[in-house]
Amino acid sequence: MQKLASPVASGPAASPKLSISRAARRAAAATAVALALTFGTPMTVIERFAAHAANTQSRVSEFKLDNGMQIVVIPDRRAPVVTHMVWYRVGAADEPRGVSGIAHFLEHLMFKSTEKIPSGEFSKIVARLGGNDNAFTGHDATAYFQRVAKDRLKQVMSMEADRMVNLRLAEKEVLTERDVILEERRSRVENNPSAILDEQMSAALYQNHPYGIPVIGWMHEIARLTPQNAIDFYKAHYAPNNAILVVSGDVEPEEVRKLAVETYGAIPRNPAVVPRQRVTEPAHRAPRRIELKDARAGRTSITRHYLAPSYLTAKPGEAEALDLMMKIAAGGATSRLYNKLVVTDQIAASAGGYYSGSNMDSGKISFSAIVGEGATTEKVEAAIDAVIEELKTTPVTDAELERAKKSYIAEYIYETDNQSTLARRYGWGLVTGGTVEKIDNWPKEIAKVTAADIQAAAAKHLDSRNSVTGILRPEPQAVATKQ
Amino acid sequence: MRSFPFALRRFGAAHLLAITMAVVAAVASVLVPTPSHAMKIQELTTKSGIKLWLVEEHAVPLVAMRFSFAGGATQDPENRPGIAHFMSGMMDEGAGDLTSVAFQARMEELAMRLSFEAAKDSFYGSFETLSDYRRESAALLKLAVNAPRFDADAIERVRRQIASSLAYAAKNPESVVSERWMSEAYKGHPYGRPTKGTPDTVGAITRDDLVAYRKRIFARDNLNVVVVGDITSAEASAMVDDIFGALPAKSDLVKVADVAPKAAEKLVVVDMPVPQSVARFGSGAMMRKDKDFIPAFVLNHILGGGGFSSRLMEEVREKRGLAYSVYSYLQPLDHTSMFMGGVATKNEEMAQSLDVIRGELKRLATEGPTVTELDNAKSNLIGAFALRFDTNAKIANQLLYFMEEDLGAGYVDTRNKEVAAVTIDDVRRVAKRLFAADDLFVTIVGRPKGLKAGG
Repeated sequence: MQKLASPVASGPAASPKLSISRAARRAAAATAVALALTFGTPMTVIERFAAHAANTQSRVSEFKLDNGMQIVVIPDRRAPVVTHMVWYRVGAADEPRGVSGIAHFLEHLMFKSTEKIPSGEFSKIVARLGGNDNAFTGHDATAYFQRVAKDRLKQVMSMEADRMVNLRLAEKEVLTERDVILEERRSRVENNPSAILDEQMSAALYQNHPYGIPVIGWMHEIARLTPQNAIDFYKAHYAPNNAILVVSGDVEPEEVRKLAVETYGAIPRNPAVVPRQRVTEPAHRAPRRIELKDARAGRTSITRHYLAPSYLTAKPGEAEALDLMMKIAAGGATSRLYNKLVVTDQIAASAGGYYSGSNMDSGKISFSAIVGEGATTEKVEAAIDAVIEELKTTPVTDAELERAKKSYIAEYIYETDNQSTLARRYGWGLVTGGTVEKIDNWPKEIAKVTAADIQAAAAKHLDSRNSVTGILRPEPQAVATKQ
Repeated sequence: MRSFPFALRRFGAAHLLAITMAVVAAVASVLVPTPSHAMKIQELTTKSGIKLWLVEEHAVPLVAMRFSFAGGATQDPENRPGIAHFMSGMMDEGAGDLTSVAFQARMEELAMRLSFEAAKDSFYGSFETLSDYRRESAALLKLAVNAPRFDADAIERVRRQIASSLAYAAKNPESVVSERWMSEAYKGHPYGRPTKGTPDTVGAITRDDLVAYRKRIFARDNLNVVVVGDITSAEASAMVDDIFGALPAKSDLVKVADVAPKAAEKLVVVDMPVPQSVARFGSGAMMRKDKDFIPAFVLNHILGGGGFSSRLMEEVREKRGLAYSVYSYLQPLDHTSMFMGGVATKNEEMAQSLDVIRGELKRLATEGPTVTELDNAKSNLIGAFALRFDTNAKIANQLLYFMEEDLGAGYVDTRNKEVAAVTIDDVRRVAKRLFAADDLFVTIVGRPKGLKAGG
C-alpha cells in the first residue's frame, strides 16, 4: 500500500507519471562501474558515494546547431529504443496577462495539422511507427516527446521539426479542443477539493509572479481563448533558437547530430524570439491563511507553504541545504515530521513535506498533514510549527544528514535505469537555464552540505511572513461553487 | 515531486493498474528488433525449488527483483475484506529485532526500495537495491518476509492510515466508480469485495488475521520471482533461496470460483456533488487463455486502448470535445475477464457521451473494424512492445506477468507473432462475441443530467 499519500494535489496532476522525481532536477546518464566504496582515500563515505554516483553517469554529449538549437544526447544501449524530446523555453509563466492557459492550450493544438500532416494524424503516425507520444506544459517549459524503435528516430525528428514552424489551425478544431481542456480542468481541479485549495494557496503565495496562476489556466480565461491567441503565442516562442533537443537511448551522438542538421537544421533562426521577461516578488510582509470548506473533502488536512529560492536563484549550496533539510524534516517514514505526528504523538494519519526547487524564478518549501481522528487542527499545526522551529534552533544530527545525503545520491543512481527519466532530467535542467555540468555535479554539491548550512537556511527561509497556510475541512461550503 | 505542475495532453495509462495489466499482453516482431535481442532470460530453479527468471544486465549498478504470491485479496475471509491490503502496509513496519522505526532507518541507510501491494489474485513485492548494498538489502528483505513483527503500535498506525485513505476514496469519484462497478458486477464473489476493505472491516482486523493470512499465502509453491540487473545467476539463485527458502513448501489457498460479471441493474448512478460525472462501463470478456484473447486485445486497441488512434478518442474527444479522457481495456483476472472502459465529462454531457460510446460498440459488432485500422493497430502493438523492456524495472514487471500467466519465457519472442497473425475475420468474430449482446453495464458517479439508475 501507499502510505505517505499527501493530502494536497491528490488528483490526476499528482500522478507519479507527471512529476520529475526529486533528484531529477540535478543529474546525469548511465554506465556501469560499480566502483568500490572501499578505496582508501581521505574522502568521507558520502564523498566517495557521490564520486561513485558521478562515475555511474556522465556520458552526455552536448552541442548546438547553427540556428541556435541546443542538443543533448544521452546514450543507453540496453534496449534498441530511443526517447526523443523537444523542450521549448516557454511555459505558462510566460503567458501575457488575461490569456492564462494559452501555453498548455497550444501544446494540445500542436497535435492538429501542418501541410504535411493531416489533421489529428500526428499521434496516429507515431503509433503506426510502433511508438507512443505525448507532451506536457509547466510554468517554465513545454515539451513534446516520442518513444520509438531507434530506426524510427529520423521520422519523428522530421515530424517534430515540421510542426515547430508549420502548424495550421482550423477554427472549429480549436474550439472543440478548448472544450477538451475545460473537461481536463474539471477532472484535475473542479472535481477535487485539494486541487482547488492548492490553486488558491499558490495564488496567495505569489503576489506578483505568474507562478500564482495555474498552468492549465483559470476557467473563465480558458473559456475565452481564441485561435489567434494560440497562433500569436506559437509565433512568438516556437523556433529552433528557443528549443532544446534531447535524445536518450540507443544512439550515437554523431548520428543525432547528422539527423538534427537534416531536420531541425533546415529551420532558420527566428530573431523575433526574445529572452524571457519575468517579474519578481516584492518582500512579503504577512503570513496568509486560507480555509476551504468542502463537503467533498476526505479528512481535514493542513498544508503550509513557504516561498523559497530555487536551485537557479539560490546562493551556492543554499538550495542543496534546503533540499536536505526537507528530506530530514519531512521526507518519508524516517522524517522528523512523520515520527512526531504519526508515530509518537499519533495526531495525524499522514505527514510529509518537500522542497521544490526546480523552477526558474522561485522555489517552495511545503509541509502537510492529514489531521487524525480525535485530534484538532490547532494541535497538528502546533506540532508542525515545533518541527520547523527546531530546524532553526538546533543543527540536524550527523546521522540524519548522512542518511539524507545517501538517500538522495542513491536516487540519482536509480534514475540511470530509465532513459526517459534521464531525458527529462537534462531537458528540464537546461530549459530552465541550468547546465549539464551543474546537473552532473549535483551529488558532489549535496555531499558538501553541513548541518550549519541547513540551520542557516532554515533560519533564513522558514520565515512566517513568506508563508501561506491552507486548511481543508470536509464540511458543507458556505458558498456553493458553480460550474 | 508533486510540485512539478505539468498538465499532460492525456492521462497516462499508468493511472489505472487495470490498464497497466491489460496492456501487458506481449510479442516478437517482424518490423522491429524483438526485445529479446537486448536480453537473455535465464529460467532457473533454485536449490529450494523456487522458480526464478533472471536477466543479467551489468550496465547499471542496480538490481531489481519482483515477486508475487498467488492468492491476493480473494483470500481474505468473506466477512473481513482488507486483510491482504492491510498486510501490504505492515511488511516494512518492523521485522526480527528491528522495530518499525529501526527498520525504516535501516532501509534508508541502505538506500533500498521496498514496496508491497495486494491485488485481487496476487500479493506483490518489489525490491530494488544498488549493487553495492545488495547483500545487506537482501538480508533486510529476508527478515521482512520471514519474521515481520506486526507490533501493536504499528498495526494501529497502519489502521489509521488505511482509514484515512478510505475516507478520501469514499469521496473521490474515480475510486468510488471503480469500486462500485466491481461490487455490482461480482456480487457475492470475492472479486466484488473491496480490496482495501471498508471502515468497519479494517477496524476489526486483528494481528491474528494478519498472521493467519501470511501463513497461508507466503509459501514456495505459489511464488514467482524475477531478478533483473547487476548480478550473476549463482548470486541470484543464492539470494532468492536465502530470502524465500525457509518458507513452507505449500500454500493453503481457498479455491475461487470462475465467474462472469453480471449486474442486476444496467445503470447505477451514485449521487455526488461534482461538476464532472465519471463513468465506468464494462461487460464480460474472454479469459487470458482463450484463443480469442489476442484478437480481442487487438480489437480493443482499435476501440479504446490505442490512445489517440482509438475510435473512442476520435469520436468522443477529437470530434466532439466531450471529454479529456476516454478509454477501454481488457482485464483478465485468474477467474474472470472483463472488457472495461471509462469516460469523464460534465454532467450535462454524460448521456450524449455514453450514447456515442454505445454507438461505437454497436458499429464494431455489426461492421467490425476496417483492414486499415487492423493493420495500424498491429504495427503499433508490435513496434511498441520493445518499449516495455527498456529499463530493469520494466523488464522485471513484464517477465513476472509472463510467469504468472504461464506464458513461458519464449513469449517475449512469440507475442509479436501472435499479434501479427490476427486477421480481419478474427477481429470481426471477436467484436460480435464481445459487443453483439449489447450487455454493457454502466456505473456513474456525479449528477449526470437525464440519466436515472436502473435504465
